[in-house]
Amino acid sequence: MISVDIVVLTIVSIIGATTPLLIAATGELVTEKSGVLNLGVEGMMLMGAVSGVGATIATDSWILGLLCAAAVGMAFSLLFGFLTLTLMANQVASGLALTIFGAGLSAVIGAPLVGKRVHRIPDLEIAGLTDLPIIGPIFFGHDPLVYFSLISLAAVSWFLFRTRAGLALRAVGESHDSAHAIGYRVIRIRYAAVAFGGMMAGLGGAYLSLAATSLWAEGMTAGRGWIALALIVFAAWRPLRLLLGAYLFGIFWIGQLAVQGLGLPIATEFMGALPYLVTIIVLVIISRDSTKFLLDAPACIGKAFHPTA
Amino acid sequence: MKRILQSTFAAIAFVAISATGFTGSAEAQPLKVGFVYVGPQNDNGWSQQHDLGRLAVEERFGDAVETSFVELVPEGPDAERVIRQLAESGHELIFTTSFGFMNPTLKVAEDFPDVKFEHATGFKRADNVSTYSGRFYEGRPILGTIAGMMTESNVIGYIGSFPIPEVIRGINAFTIAMRRVNPEAEVRVIWVNSWIDAAKDAQAAETLLDQGADVIVQHVDSPAPLLAAAERGAISFGQTVDNSSFAPDSVATSLIDNWEPYYIERVQAVLDGTWVSTDTWNGLNSSMQQMGPYASWLPADVLAAVQALEADLTSGAVHAFDGPIKDQSGTVVAAAGETIEDGVLLGMNYYVEGVLGNVPQ
Repeated sequence: MISVDIVVLTIVSIIGATTPLLIAATGELVTEKSGVLNLGVEGMMLMGAVSGVGATIATDSWILGLLCAAAVGMAFSLLFGFLTLTLMANQVASGLALTIFGAGLSAVIGAPLVGKRVHRIPDLEIAGLTDLPIIGPIFFGHDPLVYFSLISLAAVSWFLFRTRAGLALRAVGESHDSAHAIGYRVIRIRYAAVAFGGMMAGLGGAYLSLAATSLWAEGMTAGRGWIALALIVFAAWRPLRLLLGAYLFGIFWIGQLAVQGLGLPIATEFMGALPYLVTIIVLVIISRDSTKFLLDAPACIGKAFHPTA
Repeated sequence: MKRILQSTFAAIAFVAISATGFTGSAEAQPLKVGFVYVGPQNDNGWSQQHDLGRLAVEERFGDAVETSFVELVPEGPDAERVIRQLAESGHELIFTTSFGFMNPTLKVAEDFPDVKFEHATGFKRADNVSTYSGRFYEGRPILGTIAGMMTESNVIGYIGSFPIPEVIRGINAFTIAMRRVNPEAEVRVIWVNSWIDAAKDAQAAETLLDQGADVIVQHVDSPAPLLAAAERGAISFGQTVDNSSFAPDSVATSLIDNWEPYYIERVQAVLDGTWVSTDTWNGLNSSMQQMGPYASWLPADVLAAVQALEADLTSGAVHAFDGPIKDQSGTVVAAAGETIEDGVLLGMNYYVEGVLGNVPQ
C-alpha cells in the first residue's frame, strides 16, 4: 500500500511545506542576531504573498512577482525599523502592530485579486537529472525557491560566522554599547538586518501564493510567520539547527496529512497538534538550562539602542 | 489580532454605510434591510454568495428597499455591537449570515422586538428570529456519481474542513452515491482543521493525489485544491461558487449556495406584513443548493446519469440518504426503502461504508 512512489512524493511535499518557513526564518534569524526582535513576520509574509500575486498578474512574470514581494516585504520591515530604531518604540508592540497592519492591508490590497489564478512558479527541469528515479524528484525537480532557501541559509551561516561584517552584526546583537564604542554604526547595521529579514519574509509569503498554491487568499499564511519565529528559538539562533527544526516541522506537517489519507487509526487532532507539541517540548528542554539558553540568545535582543555619545 | 483589525474595518464600513443610509431615507420610507457577513463581501465564497442574495433583493424591489451590509465581522462580542447598530439605525430586517452570530443575534433580538432577524445555519429561534440553512449535502450524490463513474484508480480524495455533522453528512452523501455506481471505489478523507488555509488545502490535495487519488472533492473554501487537481489531470468540484473558470479542465461541476430566492421571499414577507419566525432547511428543490454547469468534457453516459439524478433529487423522487446504507462496520443504518431522518442527519457523526479511516472524535 505504501509504495516507493508515495514515499518519494511525500518527501517532495515535505520540502514544499518547509521552504516558506525556512526562507522567512532565515531572514528573521539575521534580524534577531543583530539584536532586533521583529514579531511582524506574519504581516510581512502576507504582504509578500499578496504583492507577489499582484505583480505576477500585472507583469506576467513570476520573477518580477518575487522581486516585488521581496521589495514590499523589505519596505514593510523598514516601517518597523523606523518605529523601533529611529523612534525607539517598543519592539514587541511594534512587531505585533506590523502583523496586524499587514493582515489588514494585504486583505484590502488583495480584494481585487481574490478568485484570480496566476501561473505557478515552474519546477526545475534538468535534462537527464530530473528524470532519474527517486533521486530526480527529490533533488532536481523543485521550484527555484527551494534551492534558494537552502543556499540563502548556507550563505547566512557563512556570513554570520565567517565574515567580518557578520561578526559586526553579531557584536551589535550581543552588546550594542560595546559595538558602538568601538565604532560600529549600530542603527545602520540593524536597519540592514531588519531589511533583510523583511525581504526574506516577503519571499516566504510569496512562496505560499506563487509556488505552494497559485492564488491569493486572505490570511493565507495562517500562522506560518509565528512558526518561523518559534523555529528560531527552537534552533537556539543556529543556522544548522534552524534547518533541522524547519524540516522536522515540515515532516510532521505533511506526515499528519499523509497518515490521514492512508486511513491509519491515529487521531487527526493529535497529528495536527504534533508539530506544535514537538516545538513546545523542544523549547522546554532547551530552556531548562537557563544559562545556556541565555548564552544562545543575542544578549541585546529586543532592547532599544540609545547612543551614548 | 486579525480580529482587532477586522472590527476596526467593520466600524469604518459601518460608518460609511450609515452615512449613505441617512441621506437616502429623507423622501420615501423604504424598508431597510441589513446584512452581516463574516468574510469580505467578495471572498469568492460564502459571504459573496450572501451578497449576491442582497443584490438580488435590491434588483427585485428597487426603491421599496434599501440594503446595507457590514463585512468582515468577527464571530464574537463584536458581532453584537454591529448587529445592534444595524437595529438602532432603523433596519427592520437583518440577516446575520454566519453560525457564530447566533447568540449575538438572539441577544439583540430580545432588545428589538419589532425588528425581524434571520440567522443562517443556527438552531436557536425566537418570535422575531428565524433560522435558515441550505441542504448542502443534496448536491453531493451528483459529485459522487461523477467520481464513481470517472475514477480509474478507485481512490477518491476528500478534503474536509472540520469534522462537524455538516461536513460528515456531505462525505456520506457523496460516498453512498459513489458506491452505487462503483462499489470498488473508496474515499480517503483528510481534515485540514481550517476553512481558510489555502496552502494547507493544496498540500492536502497533493497528498491525496500522491496516494493515487484521481478525483479530489473539497469541503473547504479555497480554490487551491482545484488548481492542485488540475495540475495532475485529476477531476475536482467547485465549492460554494461556480469555480469552473478556475480550472475548466478539472472542475466537473460546482456546488453553489444560492440565497437569492430565500432573501427575496423573506423581504417580500416583511413588505406584505406576513413575516413569521420560521426554520428553513432547503436544498435543490428551492435552488438554495444549486448545481453549477456540467463540464463539456464529461462523457455522455455520465452526463445523462447525473442529469437524471439531479432531476430526481430535485423532485424528491430520490433522497441522498435512501437505504440501503451500511456504516463502516457493515451495520445497516437504513434498510432498503428507508431514508435516514433529518434529526439523525443533523447530528451525523459516523462514516458510511466506503470511507477509509475514522471520524475524529
